[in-house]
Order: sequence, then C-alpha cells, then structure tokens
Amino acid sequence: MGNDGHIAEGKAIISGLDRQVQVRGLKSRLFRLVVILLSLISTLPLLLILFYIFKKGISAINWHFLVSLPKPVGETGGGISNAIVGTLMLIGVAAVLAIPVGILIGIYLSETPKGRIAYNCRLAVDVLQGIPSIVIGIIIYEWVVVPMGGPSSFSGSIALGLMMLPAIIKSTEETLKLIPEALKESSLALGVPYYTTVLRVIVPSGMSGIMNGVLLSIARVVGETAPLLFTAFGNHWMNTNIFKPTSSLPLIIFKYATSPYTEGHKLAWGASLILIIMILVLNLITKLVERKWRTPF
Amino acid sequence: MENTVLKAEDFNAYFGQNQILKNIRLEIRKHQVWAVMGPSGCGKTTFIRCINRMHELTAGATVSGSLKLYGEDIYKMNPVLLRRKVGMVFQRPNPFPTMSIYDNVISGYLLNHIRLTKAQKDEIVESTLKRAALWLEVKSTLHKRGTFLSGGQQQRLCIARALAMNPEILLLDEPTSALDPISTAKVEELVYELKSEYTILIVTHNMQQAARVSDRTAFFFLGELIEQDDTKVIFTNPKNEKTQNYITGHFG
Repeated sequence: MGNDGHIAEGKAIISGLDRQVQVRGLKSRLFRLVVILLSLISTLPLLLILFYIFKKGISAINWHFLVSLPKPVGETGGGISNAIVGTLMLIGVAAVLAIPVGILIGIYLSETPKGRIAYNCRLAVDVLQGIPSIVIGIIIYEWVVVPMGGPSSFSGSIALGLMMLPAIIKSTEETLKLIPEALKESSLALGVPYYTTVLRVIVPSGMSGIMNGVLLSIARVVGETAPLLFTAFGNHWMNTNIFKPTSSLPLIIFKYATSPYTEGHKLAWGASLILIIMILVLNLITKLVERKWRTPF
Repeated sequence: MENTVLKAEDFNAYFGQNQILKNIRLEIRKHQVWAVMGPSGCGKTTFIRCINRMHELTAGATVSGSLKLYGEDIYKMNPVLLRRKVGMVFQRPNPFPTMSIYDNVISGYLLNHIRLTKAQKDEIVESTLKRAALWLEVKSTLHKRGTFLSGGQQQRLCIARALAMNPEILLLDEPTSALDPISTAKVEELVYELKSEYTILIVTHNMQQAARVSDRTAFFFLGELIEQDDTKVIFTNPKNEKTQNYITGHFG
C-alpha cells in the first residue's frame, strides 16, 4: 500500500517535470520566433529602399542615359555620363591617396601596441572617423581649394581620401593583429630584415582583411555629397582633368532632386539607382575577395 | 677549437630586472645533438632564443657575458646576418601561409632577395626536402600551399625551410609539442638522421625524446645550468640531486 503511494507520488513529479519541459520548449520557440522576426524587420527597410529606387530609377536608365551629357533645363532626355566619369575619377584618385597612407598607418599601429605616439594616433583616427563630412568639406576648401585658386576634382579626392582613412587604418590594424607572432618570428629567424618581413610576410597574410577594409571604405564614400559641395563643385560638361571642377553622382542627385522640374527628378532617380548599384557591386566584390584571398594559418 | 660551434661563458639574460639565465657555461661541438631540458620557466627557451638573438626582440630584454659562434661574439654580429647562419624551428608549425610548399622551402632566399636560377631553386628544393624526409610525400604537390599539409608535415617543412639556408647550427624549440605521436616519431627520426651533417639544439619537455635523439643533455633549473653531460650519463647516473629528481619525476 505504502509502496503504491510512493509510485503515485513519483508519477506525479515526473508528469510535473514533463509539463515544465514543454513550457520551456514553448518559450524557446517563442524566443527564436522573436529573434527571426526582428532580424527580418531590420532588413526590411533596405529591401524597401532598393525596391523603391529600382522602381523609380529603372525607367530613366537606358544606353543614352549612360553615355550622354545633361541637357539644358526645359529639354527632355540627357544623361549623366559626366557624373559617372567624375565619380570614378574622384574615387580613383582618393583611393590612390588614401590606401598607401592608411595601410602604412595600420601597419604601424599593429606593430606598436603600446607607446605614446601609437596611443595618440589611435585616438586621432577615432576622432577623424567622427568628424562630420561637411566639416571635412569646409576644411579642404580652406586648405586646398583656396590656395589652388578654385574647386577641382583633386580637392574633392583629398576630402574623400581623408574620410576613407579611418576605415582602412582600423581594418588593417585589426587584421594584422590577428596574424600569429610566430609567423613574424620565423621570418626574422631566417635572417629576413624587419621591413621585408612586414611587407612580404605579414601584409600578404592579411591581404584579405586589408582589401576588405579598402573596398568597404570606398563603398562608404562613393555616395558622400557634403564634402564635394565646396571641393569638386560640379560641372555641366565632361571633365577628365583632375585639376578642374568635376560633376559626380551624389552632386547631380542633390542638384536635380532639389530642382523644380520633373525631368530633373527622373534624372536624379536614375543616378541614385546607378549609385546604389555601384555600392552593391563593391560590397559583393568585398565578399568575394574575402573568400578568395583568405589565407588560412 | 675548430670543432667548437657554440661557446657560452658566464652568459646572463634578463627581462627588465628579472634575471632569466645565470652564468651559463656551455660548449657545443660540431655534429652533436644537444637536448635542453628542464621544468617550465627554467630559461631553456630563452637560452636558445639568445643564440639567434630573438630574445632581444622583446622590449626590456638584455644580455651580458659572452656567447660565441665559431669564436665570433654573437652580440657583436649584425643580428640579421647572424640569423641566416642559425636556423630555428618553433613550437607550432608555421609555414608561410601565402606561399607554396616550393616557395616555403626557398623562402629564406626569396625574402632575402638572393637571386637563384630555376635549376638552382629546383635543386635546393629537392635536396632539402629529401634531407627533411618530406620529398616523397609532397613531390607531386609542390605548388600547393604549405598550410594544406598535416601538422607533422608542416613541421618538417619548417625544418626544411631552416635547412635550406645551410645553417651552422639548428635550434628546435619544442618542435613536437603540437604534434601527434606518429608525426613526433617522424620528426625525431629526422633529427637523428640530420646529426651527421648538422649541429642541433633541441628544447624538449619530453624526457624520452631527449634520451632518444640527443648525444648530450643540458639540464636547466631556475635559470641555472645545473648539469651537462652525455645523455646516457644524465639519464642513468646524474650527479646533481635536482637532475635526478627531475628525471625520476619528483617535480617538473
């Protein structure tokens, strides 16, 4: 009799446990659902933006749009070839200026974990990252545009290059920090001088991460408008001279979107789509480079 | 005299105020294999890192006393040139990840901008890999990356990389501590074969390994060189009580 009582009690406890496990399972499922839902919500704005720009811009885009110059106000048609060339030129020169400097600073910081200069340099990079782009535009106007006697593509590139620096420096530093110390030592132990060790062993081993930072920094500044307002300034005509004012995609979007003509608005949407596609392609290339060039240790 | 490769006299090493090595006296002759043994923190790794001046790369590291390679004071030589004469293999296998097996073997030449003809390169790669007992395993995959090899093969590749420079002395810093027993056996076999051509210093925690591969053994304890003798003597009839305690497993 007593024995039966014990068994009944045991069964009751077990069924209680069963219920608890069920409740826990339910909670886990609910949690998962919320997490998935929230991540979907966070990607939603991007998809909506892409969809809207695509819808608005696709009608503006055709071969003529890509290869011809803007028409005077009032005439239909016209293209953005000068802005596409201008953007490529601005970004190209900015990259040439910023990449070597950024990578070298990144190498210095990763090789010097302690020390006053390195500490201050790191602080400066963080602050530089936070400076509003319009402020960088004004500074470059004072420092470069005024002494050079007028706006130019070159001054725009300097402003963009300055904005690219923090991302390149940070990604280079972080990537190189992850490379095992033993790799550096085994190169030094072969009698390889320090600079060769850094340039031919350490930097190539971190190439995927460095390129990743470089490409993302380009994607970051390709759409910058504010620093170009006083520097590259804009140009109605095709310009391939880096010392002359140049049009660019963000600038013409700004100009046409604020104009009162529907023809201009159409052009602005088209240019937005081209810009977005450029950024998407850059991001895709970044992913590809990351996968292709990754070196396993 | 001609036979003495490395000679340490009253050699000391420091990290800042900490004295790591105290009055080391040691003489290593040509084509000997030395095992450097001792409990963790006894300075054995520091000692071999002093031989190729890797010790001084750490901030605050200094040395005093004399350490001579073929009669020439190591600390008066140019460290970069010294390191070309002293090969080193580290605990973890670390072939250069961006280079092929082929390039890894001749990396000492490539990175030092020493020009070689294609025939010279082929010759160095083949003969070195044969000496490192790796040729048969990799001869069909020479242009694959070195990091695709197994851990043991990678370590033999690292030994080949050091051997390719024809070092006067080869330093092995616990070369098998990250390897499985079979790979360990292969590396040990290799060390045994290399001793006819090279002078080798091997740091090891593993006493059986020291007994298997070395001719002479140095026992370090708390920065002091307690005892040095023929390996057989150290293992069968050590003179110092500390050595005996270590070998019989009372500490360490």
